Amino acid sequence: MTQTPQNYSAANEKTAFVSERSRWDRVKLTLGKSPWTARFGMIVILFYVILGLFAPWIAPYGEAEVFAVPFAPWDENHVFGTDQIGRDILSRLIYGARNTVGIALATTLLSFIIGGGLGLVAAINRSYLDQLLSRGVDVLMAIPSLIFALVLLSIFGSSAINLIMIIAVLDATRVFRLTRSVAVNVVVMEYVEAARLRGEGLGWVMRREILPNIMPPLIAEFGLRFCFVFLTIAALSFLGVGIQPPTADWGSMVRENASLFQFAQYDIKAGLTPLLPASAIALLTVAVNFVVDWFLHHTSGIKDTPK
Amino acid sequence: MHPVLKTVVQRLGLGLVTLFIVSIIIFAAIELLPGDFGEAVLGQAATEDTVAAFRRELGLDKPAVLRYVDWIAGAVQGDLGNSFSGRSSSGVDRSRPVVDLIGPRLWNTMFLASFTAVIAVPLALFLGISAALYRNSIYDRVVNAMTLTTISFPEFFVAYILILVLTSLWPIFPSLSNISPDADLLDRLYRSAMPALTLTLVIVAHMMRMTRAAIINLLASPYIQMARLSGASQREVILKHALPNAWAPIATVIAFNLAYLVVGVVVVEVVFVYPGVGQLMVDAVSSRDIPVVQACALIFAATYIILNLIADIIGIVTNPKLLHPK
Repeated sequence: MTQTPQNYSAANEKTAFVSERSRWDRVKLTLGKSPWTARFGMIVILFYVILGLFAPWIAPYGEAEVFAVPFAPWDENHVFGTDQIGRDILSRLIYGARNTVGIALATTLLSFIIGGGLGLVAAINRSYLDQLLSRGVDVLMAIPSLIFALVLLSIFGSSAINLIMIIAVLDATRVFRLTRSVAVNVVVMEYVEAARLRGEGLGWVMRREILPNIMPPLIAEFGLRFCFVFLTIAALSFLGVGIQPPTADWGSMVRENASLFQFAQYDIKAGLTPLLPASAIALLTVAVNFVVDWFLHHTSGIKDTPK
Repeated sequence: MHPVLKTVVQRLGLGLVTLFIVSIIIFAAIELLPGDFGEAVLGQAATEDTVAAFRRELGLDKPAVLRYVDWIAGAVQGDLGNSFSGRSSSGVDRSRPVVDLIGPRLWNTMFLASFTAVIAVPLALFLGISAALYRNSIYDRVVNAMTLTTISFPEFFVAYILILVLTSLWPIFPSLSNISPDADLLDRLYRSAMPALTLTLVIVAHMMRMTRAAIINLLASPYIQMARLSGASQREVILKHALPNAWAPIATVIAFNLAYLVVGVVVVEVVFVYPGVGQLMVDAVSSRDIPVVQACALIFAATYIILNLIADIIGIVTNPKLLHPK
C-alpha cells in the first residue's frame, strides 16, 4: 500500500515489506544517474554494434560491388558517392563497422585472454616463472608496438589472422602488467589462502577467488586497450600493411580516397568524403573514452564534490 | 658512491641490456621467415647457383650466432648490409647498401622531429602553465577540451583535416612535403610545415595536460599553503613556488613524448610523402625487404629506448629526496 499524507501511519511504514532492488532496477538507477557524456558514448557504441551486426541488411549495396563511375559525387543513388574503382562509400562505411571494429574486438579479447591469464599465473606463482615473464614483458615493451608490428608483418605477411595474432601478443604485454600488479594485492588475502588450503586448483583460484575482485580495473582497461588496438589497426591499414582489400576497412578507405582532397575547392563534399571513415574512427574512440571515464569514476566510489 | 650516481649507473646498464636484447629480437625475426629465403627473394626462375651464391652472401650457411655478431658489428660501424630489392633471378645484382638508402632519410626525419620539438615543447609549457594559472576559467576549459579532442583522434585524421583546410580550401602550404636534398633551410621549413604542425597538435595535448596536472598536484601541499598565507599572489605561488618542484615530472613527460614522436612520425611521413625513415620502413614492409626493415626498426627502437632512458635519468637526478639523502 502506498502512503499518502492522508493515511500515513508510522507503524505501517515500519512494517512495510522492503523489496530488494532487482539487478535490472539497479542498472536502470545507475544509468539514470550517468552524465550526458557517458550516455552519448553508450548510444554511439550501440549504434556501431547494430551497424556491424546487421551490415548486409542495412547497407544499400554489397561490400565490393563495383559501379560504372569511379569517384562519383554525392547524389540520391550513392549517398556519399563512390570510391576510386566505383564502390559505394556508404555501403563500405557500414561494412567497415563490421570488419574494423570486429577485428579490433577479437584482438583485444585475445590479448586479454593471453595477458590476463599469464598475469594471474605470474601473480599466484611468484617464482622463476613470474621473473621470466615480467622481464620478457619489460623488453617487449621497450620497442614501440607500431614498429614491432611492422617488423612482424613484414615477415609473416599481412592477413587478417596474422594481424590479430601479432597485435594481440604485443598488446598482451600491457594487459599482463596491469593484471599482475592488481592481482598481486589480492593473492595475499586470507580468503585466497583459505581456498588454496582447502585444496582448490590453480584454475579455481584464478577464476573464482581473484578474478571477481580485480574486475573493475580490468574492464576499464579493456575499453582503453580496445581504443588503442583499434587505432593501431586503423593506422596499419592506413599504411597499407593491415587489413587488405577488397575488405572494407576505415583505415584503408581514408588512404584510398585521399586524392579527393584536391577537388575540395570546387566541391566541399569531395573533400569531406575521405574524412568520413576517419571521423567514424575518431567518434568511436571518443565514445569509448567517455564510457570508460564514467565507469572508472563510478566504480572508484568517489562522490561528486561541488566545485 | 653517491646514491644518485649509483641509480643512474644502474639505469644506464639496464638500458644497455635492453638495447642488446631488442637487437637480438630484431635479428631473430629474420629466422622466423617461413620457407627458403633465396627463392623467396630471387623468384621461382632463379637457378640453383644464383640461390646458392645469394645464401652464401647472406651467410645463411653459417650458424645464427656468428651471423648476429657480424650483423651487429656491421651495424655499429654503419654497415647494415644490402637491400633485397633490385636483385633478380638471373643473378644480376642492382641492390643498394641499406646505409645509402637510410642516410639522407634519417637526416630528414631528425630535421622533422627537431622542428616539431622546437614548436611543441615551448607551446605545451606555455599552455600548461597558463591553464594552471587561470584554473577553471573559460580559457582553461577551452584549452582542455581542445587537447582532449586531439588526443582521441588518429594522427592521419588530424593530418587530413589540416590538408583539407590549409592546402585545399586555403592553399597556404604544399600538401606534399617532397624535399629535394639541395633545398635551402627556408624551403625545407616551408615544405615540412604541414607534417610538423600535425605532429605538434598530436603531442602538445599530452604534454600540456601533464604540465597542468603536475603544477595543480603541488598546489595542495602545505608549503604552497604557507606561501599563500604569507600573502603571495596566485602568479607568484605558481611561478616561484610550484613550478621549480614540478620540473621533474614535466621533463619526464617531455622526453617521453619525444619518444612517442618516433612512432607518430611513421604515419605522418606517409600522409605527406615526406622522404623520411618512417616512409622507407613502410615501403620496405610492403615489399618485404627484410634488411631495410631490420635497420629501420633498430634505429627507431634505439631512439625510443634512449629517449626513455633520458626521461628516467632526468626523473632520478631532479628528485630532491635522492639528491639529499639522510
